[in-house]
Amino acid sequence: MMKMRTVEITVGALMIAGILSLLMLALQVSGLSNFFREEPGYKVKAEFSNIGSLKVRAKVSIGGVVVGRVTEIGLESDTFNAVVWMAIDPKRVNNLPIDTHASILTAGLLGDNYISLTPGFSETQFLKEGDIIPLGSTDSAVILEQLISKFLAGQASTNNKSDQPGGEHP
Amino acid sequence: MITMKRLQLLGRTGFSFMGDVGRATIILYHSLIGKPDWVNGFTRLVQQIYFVGVLSFVIIALSALFIGMVLGLQGYTILNKFGAEHALGQLIALSLVRELGPVVGALLFAGRAGSALTAEIGLMKTTEQLSSMEMMGVDPLRRIIAPRFWAGQISMPVLALIFNCVAILGGYMVGVEWLGVDNGAFWANMQSAVDFHADVVNGIIKSVVFGTVITWIAVFQGIDCQPTAEGIGRSTTKTVVYASLAVLGLDFFLTAVMFGDT
Repeated sequence: MMKMRTVEITVGALMIAGILSLLMLALQVSGLSNFFREEPGYKVKAEFSNIGSLKVRAKVSIGGVVVGRVTEIGLESDTFNAVVWMAIDPKRVNNLPIDTHASILTAGLLGDNYISLTPGFSETQFLKEGDIIPLGSTDSAVILEQLISKFLAGQASTNNKSDQPGGEHP
Repeated sequence: MITMKRLQLLGRTGFSFMGDVGRATIILYHSLIGKPDWVNGFTRLVQQIYFVGVLSFVIIALSALFIGMVLGLQGYTILNKFGAEHALGQLIALSLVRELGPVVGALLFAGRAGSALTAEIGLMKTTEQLSSMEMMGVDPLRRIIAPRFWAGQISMPVLALIFNCVAILGGYMVGVEWLGVDNGAFWANMQSAVDFHADVVNGIIKSVVFGTVITWIAVFQGIDCQPTAEGIGRSTTKTVVYASLAVLGLDFFLTAVMFGDT
């Protein structure tokens, strides 16, 4: 028979492993809370009229290279615009011009939304902690349903126009 | 005549099955109901958790690692065809937390711990240790069955949780570190898809049910076995077969109740 001390120690270790697993499942896998992790980098805010299905922790990229993450998504209370906070890694890029353009794109046909930054032309002023990319220099997400309905509406109106000359159906 | 004989056989099987269920319930009742002996009971419980849980840890963790890696690899090849490999985290986590973790964990547990329990108790019965305990005025049900039952019931959920975590890490290793799925997308998709209450807690409930059923079958088969070498072997086989079937069958019903309406 094994020493009781060893038995108790291993059982205690098993219990701790179980509790740690539960914690990992709760925090890391089901995302019960995200406040332990702070994304590195300086925070920049961008306003969009529609963010589609952009999620927290989505990529922020410049020309396809990941430079940061989305940290927070909210709603501007007076203008009802979507506000996206992103953390940009200063080790990757530290001199983004102030007139940088942000657009929400989709990776592939079924893919996730991500933010693509297109650097502007200012050579003296750079984006820093807390700066805002205004609505004017952002592109919203393209929603497939809206595209389709626009296309169908266009079809219908052209049909109507062509119908109008002889459109007297009893 | 042949039909009548068949019918009679079916009836006899039914009777013996109901008798088994009845005896199993009575044994469980007698071993669990009564005044608990906190001091000695706890020591015995810890010892049994060691035998049932800690010794099953290695096989559970190793199989979990490989299952997670295979899930990552297979999921990646299929999702890659649709350009949707960022959904890999979601695929791995949901299938593990809901189904594979509790079920595969329980099957391994039945093979590793359930068979050992049956063989141990069966040998105690064959060598008349149980009868001598009774002669000395010690209740073998309270002394032998109860700590093993509780140990199985405590160990199974803990092992299933460890299984989930190790397997998700295995999938992470293959998917992110090896095949190059984006790290943030992997975890973000997983977190948005997995709900703590609906998925993780229901998985834990499943594993508690499986732990109960497996240890119940194991201790009953042990105490009900024929006191011969052959009888021990037969009971051990029965434990693994019945426990595995019970786990898979119950899993269907639990899944239907928990996730059927979504």
